Amino acid sequence: MNDTSKPIDAIRKMSMSAGNTAMIERYRNHFLKEVTDNVEEGEWVNMCMQCGVCAGSCPLGNAWAHPPQEIFMMIRAGKREEVLTSDSMWMCTSCYNCIVRCPRKLPITHIMHGLARYAERLGLAPKNQPTRKFAMMFWDNITKTGRANEVTLGIRLYFMHGFVNGIKTALKMLPVGLSMIKTKRMSPLGLVAHSGCKGKNDITKLLKKAREIEEARMKKY
Amino acid sequence: MADEKKIGAYLCKGCGLGDRLDISALKVVAEREGKAAIVREHDFLCDASGVAMIQADIDTQGVNRVAIAACSRRAKTEAFGFANVAVSRANLREGVIWVRPDTDENRETTQEMATDYVRMACVEAKFMNPPDANKAATYNRQLLVVGGGVSGLTSAIEAARAGYNVTIVEKGAELGGIAAQLYRQVPEHSPYSDPQDTGVAELINAVSNHKNITVHTRSSIAETDGAPGRFVVQIAAESGTSETKTFGAILQATGFTAHDISHLPVYGYKTSPDIITQFELEQLTKAAGGDIIKRPSDGKQVASVAFVQCAGQRSEQEGHLSYCSGHCCSTSIKQAMYFKNANPAIDTNIIYTDLRTPGAGGEDFYRSGQHKGVTFTKGQVTSVKAEGGGVSVKFKDLILNEDTEEKVDLVVLANGMVPNSGLNIDDPTSAEKPKSASILNLTYRQGRDLPQLKYGFNDSHFICFPYETRRTGIYAAGPVRRPMDIAQTKEDATGATLKAIQAIENAALGRAAHPRSGDLSFPSFKKEGCTQCKRCTVECPFGAIDEDAQRFPVFNESRCRRCGTCMGACPVRVISFENYSVDSVGQQIKNIDIPEEFDEKPRILMLACENDAYPALDMAAMNRQEYSAFVRVIPVRCLGSVNLIWITDALNSGFDGVMMMGCKKGDNYQCHFVKGSELAHMRMSKVDDTLKTLSLETERVVTHEIAITDIHRLPQLINEMASTILRIGMSPLKF
Repeated sequence: MNDTSKPIDAIRKMSMSAGNTAMIERYRNHFLKEVTDNVEEGEWVNMCMQCGVCAGSCPLGNAWAHPPQEIFMMIRAGKREEVLTSDSMWMCTSCYNCIVRCPRKLPITHIMHGLARYAERLGLAPKNQPTRKFAMMFWDNITKTGRANEVTLGIRLYFMHGFVNGIKTALKMLPVGLSMIKTKRMSPLGLVAHSGCKGKNDITKLLKKAREIEEARMKKY
Repeated sequence: MADEKKIGAYLCKGCGLGDRLDISALKVVAEREGKAAIVREHDFLCDASGVAMIQADIDTQGVNRVAIAACSRRAKTEAFGFANVAVSRANLREGVIWVRPDTDENRETTQEMATDYVRMACVEAKFMNPPDANKAATYNRQLLVVGGGVSGLTSAIEAARAGYNVTIVEKGAELGGIAAQLYRQVPEHSPYSDPQDTGVAELINAVSNHKNITVHTRSSIAETDGAPGRFVVQIAAESGTSETKTFGAILQATGFTAHDISHLPVYGYKTSPDIITQFELEQLTKAAGGDIIKRPSDGKQVASVAFVQCAGQRSEQEGHLSYCSGHCCSTSIKQAMYFKNANPAIDTNIIYTDLRTPGAGGEDFYRSGQHKGVTFTKGQVTSVKAEGGGVSVKFKDLILNEDTEEKVDLVVLANGMVPNSGLNIDDPTSAEKPKSASILNLTYRQGRDLPQLKYGFNDSHFICFPYETRRTGIYAAGPVRRPMDIAQTKEDATGATLKAIQAIENAALGRAAHPRSGDLSFPSFKKEGCTQCKRCTVECPFGAIDEDAQRFPVFNESRCRRCGTCMGACPVRVISFENYSVDSVGQQIKNIDIPEEFDEKPRILMLACENDAYPALDMAAMNRQEYSAFVRVIPVRCLGSVNLIWITDALNSGFDGVMMMGCKKGDNYQCHFVKGSELAHMRMSKVDDTLKTLSLETERVVTHEIAITDIHRLPQLINEMASTILRIGMSPLKF
């Protein structure tokens, strides 16, 4: 975890409160402008007409503290802290139902991910949000060899909340695991050796390059 | 043509009529009972040879009353539109064979229906006269336009270009009205992204330079007398001079006044110079020439502005308008763009409860505002107050469901529009109001201004006939008719002008205007019988009837729409039309055969409005919706024309039930004569007493509101009535 060669860690390193303070200073009382300027697809927030179709279409709507419609309204109302520390946009499963239905054609899924990423970059994302945690584990796992190692990923995930919980979850998921092994969807050897993909080195290079670009961008903050 | 009435009855065998009905038996009926001098059948009456056969009889045999037993009177109107004769129609296709099953056990009752209809058509023809046009018709190509705003100017230029002479009477010193004081207008053309020039200056220029347009500014209407084709109008100038001119038609384009909300403390209007109305912002922007607007209080450049929508509108609270003024949302977007276009860093927030941007480009314009960074907040404003060198707007955020506050430099209130529609003639005190309170100062018995429909607007029917007012030849256009913006106003004025031109042309030929457009008949009355009861003059929905010195009715034919409401109102039955009278319907009722009580064949009379109910019945027939064979349908011009004598006669002669089918009444009326259906319902509500004196059950007479779409409901209502009769038993009054 101390290996800074991973771009995500670069971002994580950047996500210091200094960046956050700079942004607060730059966009005083203009959170909407901040979002428009810095969040991926953020300029679309202007175009929401508050019909609420996204909120009604979200299959996980009940799990969200603030549905997309509200998030957009909160951005317009300048509720910076509330939006960026919210776990709502982390609940998005990218089912794209909202994008399909939005009468104003807002790329809502992308805006949600954009907001989550921006909050993460500024170090405001909720630390223990499970989706966020899993996303990071998955990234670490897949960037090592260019291919996901289901065994280690599973183990890290199960033991995320302590040893006892890990054992409990592992036992519960045992039949699934065995079926995956049987159908060759997962190799138990992954525990000791994971072959990864063919162009493992190219992937590493590619990620390195991406990290450089990202770091150059980060300098702004 | 002989003066004597000679009936020719023509029976069609086409469309299955020949297969389903015994045509030779019907011929005997037409001859013996219908007293037709000539009776002929034809395989396809509406084809060229059939029509030629009838025309030949008219030309050589002296037939002047034609009874056609074929399809509905709504079908084949061109083929059977014979000139200079009276034509009646027996509806054997839509009224009989298409609504009855083709089975042996039903053959007898189906034939009975046809027999009645043939007899009825013959007798109707006998009691009809081919109408002569109104002899007093005059052709006057002058159009009076009251009001010199966008609607009046548009109307004037459109009429002038169409070759008519126009006189504009404008109260103010200048033409252009409110629109002339606007900085820009909401865009009318694609891409609907930015405010555009109002074009009012060009419009004023075009009107001022047109040789067929005369403009009277600082003037008002002192009196309007007459009727379409011969309006006599006194135009009084502020200077005290007066001029009398005659006009063919009048267009009222008196526009609106901004709603005064200074009495509503919640919006804080007039408590601070930084709380202004939309109109005041237009004036400020115009004065600034589009530069960044300075705050009225201290001249500081405005850095943030909040627009409060529906300020004093769309609420039933005291002092609020209960309607939506339609233009304000688009106007606020436009005004927010004034700021954004001058400097994108200016905060512009539009606080709305429901954003409404009507018109083709409305959504595009809304989107354009969003692109420019105008913020839209769904919220309900609870207070606007000057505070600490700015203005505080408190509102409830309706999405986040919380009370919140915004501090801005300037607040713009969307205060809405109130029509300049003159006197409310339904208000009993209106007669005492001074001349200046009225716009048209009509000499009509029914009041000095146009009747108002709702909220003081002179609207007619929103969808079916928007420009028609209840004063023939006088049309309302623009925001006086209903709230609208500049683009809609121009369209509206053009449409109303066309209607005014139609009125001029129809008046010249002595023909009716909408909806019986082209009808040459008009009501006449027998003075000997008249009791001067004034019911006709009061109930005429169109103010067509005045009173003379002895209180006898004076009919103004060209104001009349030929609905027959006067005929229905007249208790002594002295009012009639050449081709539609108490007799022409009454005799049909008398000629319906009433079987004896023990035949168990009840008879239901249906009087169906020809505008909605009758076409609905025809459509039901086209869909082969079956209904009881015991009903006999007589179309009427309007339920308002139904005279109570028809009902009492029908019941006295042994009818078991009477159904009256009119249009929807009330505020959202669909009655083509506006008040006809309502009057009929009111009159029929008193029919119960008559029924009780005849010791009949009150269920025997029913009145229904029918829409043209009630294709399935109508047959159902007929069948319900038939089962009601079955339940309560046959009428005891059969002989």
